[in-house]
Amino acid sequence: MFHFRTMSRTLSAPVTVAFDYTRSTGPVLGRFFGGLRDGRVLAARLSDGTVVAPPPEFDPSTHEETAELVEVSTVGTVTSWSWVPEPVAGQPFDRPFAFALVTLDGATAPMLHALDVASPDEVSTGMRVRVRWAAERTGHITDIACFEPAGDSDEGPGAFPAPAGAVDPVTGIVTPVSLDYTYAASPEESAFYRGLAEGRILGQRCPTCHKVYVPPRSACPVDGVATTDEVELSSRGTVTTFCIVNVPFLGQQIKPPYVSAYVLLDGADIALLHLILDIPAEEVRMGMRVEAVWKPRDEWGTTIENISHFRPTGEPDADYETYQHHL
Amino acid sequence: MGKQPAAVVGVGQTHHRAKREDVSMAGLCREAMDRALEDAGMTLDDIDAIVVGKAPDLFEGVMMPELYLAESLGAAGKPLLRVHTAGSVGGSTAIVASSLVQSGVHKRVLTVAFEKQSESNAMWALSVPLPFNMPVHAGAGGYFAPHVRSYIRRSGAPTHVGAIVAAKDRQNALRNPYAHLRNPDTTVESVLASQMLWDPIRYDETCPSSDGACALVIVDEDTAAASPNPAWIHGTVMRSEPTTAAERDQVNPQAGREAAAALWKQAGITSPIDEIDVAEIYVPFSWFEPMWLENLGFAAEGEGWKLTEAGETAMDGRIPLNCSGGVLSSNPIGASGMLRFAEAALQVRGAAGEHQVDGARRALGHAYGGGSQFFAMWVVGADKPTN
Repeated sequence: MFHFRTMSRTLSAPVTVAFDYTRSTGPVLGRFFGGLRDGRVLAARLSDGTVVAPPPEFDPSTHEETAELVEVSTVGTVTSWSWVPEPVAGQPFDRPFAFALVTLDGATAPMLHALDVASPDEVSTGMRVRVRWAAERTGHITDIACFEPAGDSDEGPGAFPAPAGAVDPVTGIVTPVSLDYTYAASPEESAFYRGLAEGRILGQRCPTCHKVYVPPRSACPVDGVATTDEVELSSRGTVTTFCIVNVPFLGQQIKPPYVSAYVLLDGADIALLHLILDIPAEEVRMGMRVEAVWKPRDEWGTTIENISHFRPTGEPDADYETYQHHL
Repeated sequence: MGKQPAAVVGVGQTHHRAKREDVSMAGLCREAMDRALEDAGMTLDDIDAIVVGKAPDLFEGVMMPELYLAESLGAAGKPLLRVHTAGSVGGSTAIVASSLVQSGVHKRVLTVAFEKQSESNAMWALSVPLPFNMPVHAGAGGYFAPHVRSYIRRSGAPTHVGAIVAAKDRQNALRNPYAHLRNPDTTVESVLASQMLWDPIRYDETCPSSDGACALVIVDEDTAAASPNPAWIHGTVMRSEPTTAAERDQVNPQAGREAAAALWKQAGITSPIDEIDVAEIYVPFSWFEPMWLENLGFAAEGEGWKLTEAGETAMDGRIPLNCSGGVLSSNPIGASGMLRFAEAALQVRGAAGEHQVDGARRALGHAYGGGSQFFAMWVVGADKPTN
């Protein structure tokens, strides 16, 4: 299996994109979340007489902002369900469970949540279920840990919907998002990264316009044809233009200030974005001649980061005319 | 059959702020929409179709927000389209909406664009490190700063021109009650004294991060007859090009030049600087004012900064630019392009309030996005087009 992977035409690597988004709830959902924090489920009474939880922010018929909230029961009836045999990360349980549509007593439309039962044999449409509250409630949909079977308890429909009364609204919630991707380089980029693992910088020439692209592309963006002729490039080049990054930001991997520069390698027709070091940032110039500084060979992988950075060669600056058409 | 005439008869926008914690995304959109509908003398029941625009989904972490927003936006039972062209999206969205009317498919289309930057971090979202690649990306400022440096080198512009733009737009913003930044003390000197963030771009030369939305009601000729001051659409254009290509002109992109040429031709304009009374162009970093002046054909290549330096882009200049304060004063990314289109419409409707240019008859709205690779523009006028 491993042998097969190494024979693969393309390189791939995992990448995770994760952020804790901070949501403003607005007045309607803010009261709904405030209700959950207080151990109550609030619903909208809409203009057509329906009672819906969670409450829509705007009435679908009149388009007015939802004004009236009512309290519905924490006991209800399963109207449909789906079994989850293999839960994935981020779901309510790490063991099999059901997702169920539950119409709470007093409501006219169902809400979706998890139902904690051991097997699909224990769930059926029409079964009675009740809210199982989380141990600590913060004003979030997860304040409802799940639904659980209500059995033959005598909790009937009761006096719901009931007036919602006063509720201290939640104004914001945090919704963490984490996405795991497999980042795949194209076959041409893979050849470029494998070349770097051997200390070589490989580009490709467009057979139509004869421009040399580094990293190589699957197709020339101007002519739309495959760039097939491999060209090995010098590790020397010219800084065309650059930016001195002074600003720190979330996820930054290089400590500012640093110089992010377009380096036009000798023999290439497009500049490569890389880092300039071994010179004070304020002395970096357009036209400055630079060369790649490679990391120690035992640190190399299939990555552009094998080149630690570029440094000045000490040659005279390139004439503006030699790179002005690359700006 | 040619295009049917179309006009903007309703304009609405939110009060743009760093954090609009009082409203959800739906509430933010509705604030702009309800103002546009009120301006048009209509309700959602009068609307045939809704067109939504916003920038990349990673900015709010809601995949396809139009799905969950449909009901709140009053789109149930109607066509709902979402447009996505990075920072230019607000402009492209308005153009898609207008094309639905110009094609004769719909008579009354509502379009809305928004961003709630406070829910996320756009700088992070634009700089996610990718395997095998060099992690030198540093947000939009880091992307555009090298090209600003190239412009300065190519044009020979004095280095304070960017500060002139920033000071002008911040002063203009004081006349716009919806603007996010309200800094009465901003001067060329204070901009030059502000911190260098992405050298050569200073802190005061960058746009803020805003929550906000903008909405337009675009209607056909018959419906526009009921409006006291429709903004007639004289031309619309969109163009795109690759983010990177060998010898691609990143300072004066081909797609922008060709888009502008096509737009002027459509609108019957031969000398933009003489025939356009006021323009709202997408300037997220101050130096893009002179750069786009050249790209749009208001000035010859290398000459845009001279208009800025001479004060010709001020409210009383030859070509007033961004009288609303522009992107430099309010930047709800997805809405920023539509705000340019909306402000152009307000000007020719005579409805721009304190930042109105007297007698404005024809105005340009402009947006760009991605790595200067998407362009969207329109010309609106006080008079019904004759072409």
